[in-house]
Amino acid sequence: MEAVFDNVDAYLKAFGYTLALFLVSGVLSMVLGTFLVALRVGPIAVLRWAGATYVTLVRNTPLVIVFAFFSFAAPTLGIRFTWLDVHIDDYDFTALFGAAVASLTLYTSSFVCEALRAGVNAVPLGQAEAARAIGLPFSGVMSQVVLPQALRASLPPLASVQIALIKNTSVAAVFGVAEATAQMRGFTNDFSSQRLGIFVAFAIGYIVIVEVVSLLSASLERRWRAAT
Amino acid sequence: MRFIRAKAVVAGLGLALSMAACGDAGDDDDGGSDVEVKENAADEFDDGTRMKELAEAGKVTVGVKYDQPGLGFKGATDDIPSGFDVEVAKLLVADLGIDPEDTSAVTYQETISDNREPFLQQGKVDLVLASYSITDDRRKVVGQTGPYFLTGQQLLVPADSDVESIADLAGQEVCSVTGSTSIDRINEQGAKGVGFDSYSECVQKVLDGTVPAMSTDGSILAGYAAQNEGQLKVVGEEFSEERIGVGYSLDHPEMCEWINDVLEESFEDGSWADAFEKTLGPSGIETPDPPELDACPAA
Repeated sequence: MEAVFDNVDAYLKAFGYTLALFLVSGVLSMVLGTFLVALRVGPIAVLRWAGATYVTLVRNTPLVIVFAFFSFAAPTLGIRFTWLDVHIDDYDFTALFGAAVASLTLYTSSFVCEALRAGVNAVPLGQAEAARAIGLPFSGVMSQVVLPQALRASLPPLASVQIALIKNTSVAAVFGVAEATAQMRGFTNDFSSQRLGIFVAFAIGYIVIVEVVSLLSASLERRWRAAT
Repeated sequence: MRFIRAKAVVAGLGLALSMAACGDAGDDDDGGSDVEVKENAADEFDDGTRMKELAEAGKVTVGVKYDQPGLGFKGATDDIPSGFDVEVAKLLVADLGIDPEDTSAVTYQETISDNREPFLQQGKVDLVLASYSITDDRRKVVGQTGPYFLTGQQLLVPADSDVESIADLAGQEVCSVTGSTSIDRINEQGAKGVGFDSYSECVQKVLDGTVPAMSTDGSILAGYAAQNEGQLKVVGEEFSEERIGVGYSLDHPEMCEWINDVLEESFEDGSWADAFEKTLGPSGIETPDPPELDACPAA
């Protein structure tokens, strides 16, 4: 474990990348997932079909393959993220980070969509009918009436999806992002006699991040329960 | 004793060569060297040594790389990996009296950078020859002897690139394998190391222009440059020195002397140089003088 204590800034920086991947893809996947669920429960058959196809396709593909697609296949089709070139402090967010965020976002949003759809199904039909009756268009029905209630109902599965995302960021280690798992492999290579301690130190890092997210979700759940 | 054995091997090699000359002269398919298998090898080793056990069992497992052309590379249809590491492994295997081409007796287990020490500690492999740099920290958990090869890190860039050294890449991304020593060296030189799963993936990223260069041992890069002639080139001075050695388990410290003896023998009788020319020669690397071996730790 001394290896980690002696290089604590490298350890923290690596988890910084993990957090950055999680926060950016987490927010984007919520946005895209909400859009997808609107397609899936909406009144237009073509869009319903498109949403369902997206979920079937992406949810059934292993994450590593999604990553491999954006790293190796997409550039040959002209999809690169070379426009991304942001440097904050000593963090670099470049094409490789962009490809990782795209992979994680597209993958996670299919799960967000399905978690939210479970929530939408839990909202009594009368709610949507009443909203229609007072003359709200579909967008109003969704944003004012159905989705706020659906979000509350789907909070626990959504938290699980986002926690899975935190751990899925580790796949980016072998796709050019110097996040925690990549740094861990660097440590185990340089300090092979301290393998066990290094594993424990990095496991703790992930546990802390996941625990913060699940505590947030639990407190949100309590607050929303009081509100209803 | 060692002298006699060396002479026997030289004589055997000469015989094998003259016989090969009489026979099928055009047969040069696998590129592997014809290593002379020692007969009655088990009698040569003292009782209770690991070498004797292996020689008597007639089975040995060697950890090699599968993805490094020129050092340890296994194509989808190959039975046995090829490369310099593998050729040196064959010399060691043959000294145990085991036919290194016989896949029922020798297992060439793939070891990646991350599992070389655990595999040795758990006895999953008997020897590791997988571009295995000798470091003090690794020597705390496994035995390492040699080096049988010295190499250093260089750069692989697109053929039309202006980059001449690592200094030209300060602040830019340079690809290597996640968690490898090469990444640390890149960072030390002021460039930014980005990691992928294998060197071949880095080659992809250099070819598609996502990163301006990749870096690792020059011998590995030369292999890729040869594979992608006209698209990629190796540039720059070596900016690190790696001493590639043989890994063995600390449970069997007696293996060290044996490995050194076999290596020393191969340095003297030219089989080391032969192996080098066959595997790394085609990528344009000149055969160097054999390196100086480390002394084995006192048992």
